[in-house]
Amino acid sequence: MLKTSGIPTAEDLAVRIPPEERRKKGPVVMIECFQKIPCNPCFTACKHGAIQKFEDINDLPEVNFDNCNGCGLCISKCPGLAIFVIDETYSENEAAVSLPFEFLPLPREGEEVDLLDRSGKIVGRGKVLKVRNGKYEDRTPVITVAVPRELSMVVRNIKLGGDVR
Amino acid sequence: MKKTEIAVIGGGPAGLMAALAAAEMGARVTIMDRNSRLGGQLVKQTHMFFGSEKEYASVRGIDIGKVLSAEVLKNPRIETMLDSTVIGYYPDDGVLGVEVEEKTFVKIKPEKVIVATGASEKFLPFENNDLPGIYGAGAVQTLMNEHGVVPGENVLMVGAGNIGLIVSYQLMQAGVNVKAIIDAAPSIGGYWVHASKVARLGVPIMTSYTVKAAYPNELTGALERAVIWQVDDKWQPIPGTEKVLKVDVICISVGLSPLAEILWQAGCRMKYVPQLGGHVALRDENMETTVPGVYVAGDVAGVEEASSAMIEGRLAGLNAAKSLGYDNGKYDEKRREAMEQLQNLRSGPVGEKIRQGLAQLAL
Repeated sequence: MLKTSGIPTAEDLAVRIPPEERRKKGPVVMIECFQKIPCNPCFTACKHGAIQKFEDINDLPEVNFDNCNGCGLCISKCPGLAIFVIDETYSENEAAVSLPFEFLPLPREGEEVDLLDRSGKIVGRGKVLKVRNGKYEDRTPVITVAVPRELSMVVRNIKLGGDVR
Repeated sequence: MKKTEIAVIGGGPAGLMAALAAAEMGARVTIMDRNSRLGGQLVKQTHMFFGSEKEYASVRGIDIGKVLSAEVLKNPRIETMLDSTVIGYYPDDGVLGVEVEEKTFVKIKPEKVIVATGASEKFLPFENNDLPGIYGAGAVQTLMNEHGVVPGENVLMVGAGNIGLIVSYQLMQAGVNVKAIIDAAPSIGGYWVHASKVARLGVPIMTSYTVKAAYPNELTGALERAVIWQVDDKWQPIPGTEKVLKVDVICISVGLSPLAEILWQAGCRMKYVPQLGGHVALRDENMETTVPGVYVAGDVAGVEEASSAMIEGRLAGLNAAKSLGYDNGKYDEKRREAMEQLQNLRSGPVGEKIRQGLAQLAL
């Protein structure tokens, strides 16, 4: 339960998951924002008209998934670190998940890391594909990691180290 | 005696914005802070702020503090007094007593006063709550984020409001293990996104739990164990639900209380408003209290977010300057804009408590 543990339920998530049709076409944003708080920088960050203008700054973000190209420029601008980009077309058996990661040391590209779910539980191992840590990210680096396809909606954090296979 | 047009007491987000807004209108301002730098608690806020672009959304508190402090320091209409603690306000002649660098006593006579003193942390009564290793969340942030010192290895965080959640995240970033975040309330008080951030690091959040007691290491005398227990829906502890956590730090983050001493001294009409953290001054929509010429802004006016503190500061600064006859032609527009911003920030469901509190204060 979000309001007692901070972990969203399947029901909470259902309304935020991009439609399957869209997921088949390539990388797409998933905004895990469930509470009406006064905040709109995701709209300001989106250059593709995918994140809709807020009528009321307390509204939850609305996404037009067809306009989203999965660029991920919104990830590091979300003060709640609640935005992820999911690419279920990455390879035959893997999806690529892009997530905000504000911990040192940063992983290296190609490094194998533990994959964590929304409760911090280790659910597998995956390879880091990309580390974006430029001026734009401004100390909220964005990590893209390959995960088993069936975990595309499960993996939301990584942990360095762990057992090297 | 030193004279100034507008004295701003406190150089945090509200005070900085108040000084800038008043100076922008044309007034001469003296801003005083007891610390040796401006910025107040912003210097500890490593997270990005919420709100919209106008309220510096997506910018980290530390960076907002730097930008605003730099603007204040270079503004020719603003004089900055650091290491300066305002220790008294004498309402009969409107004089502030200021202790400067712990050695000089300076008297200042301002025409208007903006009180932006912020808030202090509440504490929690439990057995042995004075052991070494038991900190307020502000102290932990000061140690870590200002001085680069970690408070310990294993932490029990008490309080799942925004500060408790944010400091837990910062502790984890610093490599300190947060064993659990507990809160006596039945649900998380902070923003859920902050809760989700710590949850996916594997930190358990336990609602309806409080601290029963803390126990020291027999050799060192420092904290070694915490005992927590569950509370029922009437906040009464339930015997038999005790859990022992091996921690060397308990971090207390159970809310803030307005630092209102100067307002009491000034004779402002005060009211106890639990939704706003304690005793706050009645004021009108221009942030002026029942004592003419004394304004409030920020947490001292009611504990809220830094974003709204900044806008309240702006509003108080604009109005204090206007009351002295200063207006650069943009007063009406700026005032309206600030009031709209406050309205927007407070209009959602998370602003309900604040709205209830403020409704009791209007003059």
